[in-house]
Amino acid sequence: MLALDGLKVHFDVSRRRGEKVVVKAVDGVTLRLRKGEAFGLVGESGSGKSTIGKAALHLVPITGGRLEIGGEEMTRLDRRAERRLRRTAQMIFQDPHSALNPRMTILRSVAEPLVLHTPLRGAALTARVAALLEIVGLSRQFLYRYPHELSGGQKQRVCIARAIALEPELLILDEPTSALDVSVQSQILEFLKKLQADLGLTYLFISHNLAVVRYLCRRVAVMYLGVIVEEGETEALFSNPRHPYTQALLKAVPYPQAVQPDRGSPLQGDIPSPVDLPPGCRFHKRCPAFIPGVCDRHEPPQVRDGDAMVRCHLFADAART
Amino acid sequence: MTGPAPLLSVQDFRLEFDTFDGVYKAIDGIGFDLAPGESLGIVGETGCGKSVTAKSVMGLLPSPPARVRGGRILFDGEDLLRVGERRMRAIRGNEIAMIFQDPMTYLNPVFSIGTQLVDVILAHQRARPRAERMTRERARDHAVEMLRRVHLPNPERQLDSYPYQLSGGMRQRVLIAMALSGRPRLLIADEPTTALDVTIQAQILDLIGELRRDLGLSVVMITHDLGVVASVCDRVVVMYAGQIVEDAPVARLFDHPAHPYTRGLLAAVPHPGRPAASLSSIPGSLPNLLDPPAGCRFHGRCPLAGDDCLRPPPTTAVADGHRVACWRAMEAADAGA
Amino acid sequence: MAAGTQDAALAPSFAERHAGTIRALRLYARTFARNGSAMLGLAIVLLFLTTAAIGPWIVPFPEDAAGAIHLDIKLQPPDAVHWFGTDEVGNDVFTRVVLGTRVTLQIACIVTGVAMLIGVPLGMIAGFVGGWVQEAIMRVTDVFLSVPGLVLAIAIVGALGPGIVNAMLALSLVWWPGYVRLVQAKTLALKNEIYVQAARSMGASSLRIVFVHILPNCTSPIMVKASMDMGMAILGAASLGFLGLGAQPPFPEWGAMISVARTYLPDWWWYSFFPGVAIAVTVLGFNLLGDGLRDILDPKHRE
Repeated sequence: MLALDGLKVHFDVSRRRGEKVVVKAVDGVTLRLRKGEAFGLVGESGSGKSTIGKAALHLVPITGGRLEIGGEEMTRLDRRAERRLRRTAQMIFQDPHSALNPRMTILRSVAEPLVLHTPLRGAALTARVAALLEIVGLSRQFLYRYPHELSGGQKQRVCIARAIALEPELLILDEPTSALDVSVQSQILEFLKKLQADLGLTYLFISHNLAVVRYLCRRVAVMYLGVIVEEGETEALFSNPRHPYTQALLKAVPYPQAVQPDRGSPLQGDIPSPVDLPPGCRFHKRCPAFIPGVCDRHEPPQVRDGDAMVRCHLFADAART
Repeated sequence: MTGPAPLLSVQDFRLEFDTFDGVYKAIDGIGFDLAPGESLGIVGETGCGKSVTAKSVMGLLPSPPARVRGGRILFDGEDLLRVGERRMRAIRGNEIAMIFQDPMTYLNPVFSIGTQLVDVILAHQRARPRAERMTRERARDHAVEMLRRVHLPNPERQLDSYPYQLSGGMRQRVLIAMALSGRPRLLIADEPTTALDVTIQAQILDLIGELRRDLGLSVVMITHDLGVVASVCDRVVVMYAGQIVEDAPVARLFDHPAHPYTRGLLAAVPHPGRPAASLSSIPGSLPNLLDPPAGCRFHGRCPLAGDDCLRPPPTTAVADGHRVACWRAMEAADAGA
Repeated sequence: MAAGTQDAALAPSFAERHAGTIRALRLYARTFARNGSAMLGLAIVLLFLTTAAIGPWIVPFPEDAAGAIHLDIKLQPPDAVHWFGTDEVGNDVFTRVVLGTRVTLQIACIVTGVAMLIGVPLGMIAGFVGGWVQEAIMRVTDVFLSVPGLVLAIAIVGALGPGIVNAMLALSLVWWPGYVRLVQAKTLALKNEIYVQAARSMGASSLRIVFVHILPNCTSPIMVKASMDMGMAILGAASLGFLGLGAQPPFPEWGAMISVARTYLPDWWWYSFFPGVAIAVTVLGFNLLGDGLRDILDPKHRE
């Protein structure tokens, strides 16, 4: 459904003393999403996970690599391809409070994609919007309300209604529940799960919340500073993480239970700035399994094992022997 | 329960806000104790009153619109609601300190870390007798010491850096150093790691644990994250719509949650450590505190609600140190166990 | 789909369709009504507008507008007949101050209107398009902003020749840069709003984004500025009139009246005092109104 091949998104930020400063937000990412699957993309800030979502919808310019949606090359867009892209793929943003135009009624907001892409107008349009609201569990009395009159969970439901209005096949969800309270988060997650099953949607689910990804996604990729360090079936990856970063990430999450598992000392240091990437493996400065002379010199190779992939020198040796 | 005299004791505290649409009953008769050296978590969702409670202890809520309607907040036997602004200023920083969710908001972007830290240290000196006050040079040394204490790398060099040059985790460390510079006995942490990445959050939680051990600090940790509570707190208070619904030792709360809201909350969070087939949700949404429901404020969303829930629920002890405000506390506890 | 249930949705009453708007307006009205100074401003502005509308029918001596001559009653102090006294040719000052509201309102509306018509589109283009277009527009704006407005206006009138039309033209020409600044800054901020990104991800064209998503969210600050600018434009026009570059005596314009009247100070104080009070009160009224509007339109002030 969605295929990325060595996708790169670089931003020129500014010139420091005449020198160009380039942020390599996404630096060669390859991903394949099968139709109807929920794929999780996890990582911390600066990992480039949100940028991938935006690049897939051409909301940020693609610097290099290939983008394919629904089997169609979409790296460069002409008018026709753009119209098709806007119908097949939709995005749901992190903060529902700012994802709705405060000056538009819920009716107008949800109707917007329909106005742009279909000949529906007037009463038929209103009826369609009311039906969409019903799907997301909101009554028609919301039609003429403004966003500020709705709670966070209700706004996110409105955003979901708007995103599914054109019956897209691919939904990119960028941290859709992290601005919501726990009890509302579970309502939205349950709904998203049901929606995916009912409509056969493909999800690219971007999140920093590992528990949420584990709950919703069948496969998952872990990003660190613009590259994917590990990828695999969710359960396999969570129960047997291979990359030292994935291990540290999983260990860092506190469990909501009485007795905490022994997690050793936390990962030291900060996430480096994507402007100033470390040479070799991007994780080597914080890595507990750092091999001097190897990790700080050479980029680790991708080691594939069926559906799983890990990008680490530790496994390069294993693959060789 | 006879332990040491509590360091902080909140008793039947009530607070309202005057708003445009009416009186917002933010806190409605809450009470809890914090023993010296203890770490207490206050958990709840947006609008439950957990941050308002913390700010009330610090005397940081502007009045109007806030209005205290009753109760006492005793710190070491002294009622903070009646001490007056002068005394409160001496208590803030020297006795009780607070750290916040977004450190950038509390650091002045135009002054270096060192300047701000030294200023805070010197400000604390005013509460001391003249002879014991530090000079600016001494304060600077002390600042380096504090930064070392919170494990900021290269503390001498970092004194000259500005807030924007530091990462989120480092800023939070600086804020903790500032909070601790007056050697307070109580640290109130309001969602200190919510804005941070997981690996950085682990570092900061580790640091808070270490400081508790080394300095004998008492901590009130305000958070919506049950995992954070589980990993750093001894005891938890669960708040819902301005009231305390449950107060229990951490282990009890997770293993034998007694209030239907607590149980709903625990069942609603996906567990990062195990696969889950489905999540149960709490239906409905938070009540409007301009016109709170009569009786138990949770009854509209509660699976166990009955007619008696329309009257205010009694607070009962279901076990040693485990109190629940619910008509069905026993039922719920049995069902949970 | 069942037609019966749909009909209810298809033909909701006006009140239902605009329930949100009505609620918002009611909230605005209530917030505004609580603000004493804003209400005072509103009262002054309403009084000013009414006076402008019905002035010619309520003044006691309509013929004094064009400069009739009654030398027998010249420079009379205020009394029951001539409330504000009379001027050096015996015209009723009250009549002339009241008739002055109409021309003042005209000036204020035209100057602010033209400034908005020039400034808003330029600001929006600059903010939305960015790049060299923005650079070009903003640098020209900066040049205009770096010269004091009134000085520039004086220069323009000096070149075009004195007169009320030229004065309005000159003021309009120096007034638009403020709107460019305001709208450009707001557009830049709105351009990065998530709902704008969302609209783009749905395939909305740039035109649609500008008119549907950006412009409606700019109206509040524009309205606030326009209200304040009405007062400032009145002051500007009066200044030009006073300098002899705007309306020419005996035309009943406040600035021009004070210009003549100042030579009769201090003995015949009423001649300049009342037009001066009129200017001050009107400008104050528009400013208070603007402040009040900002309080209700800026969401940060609510909650």
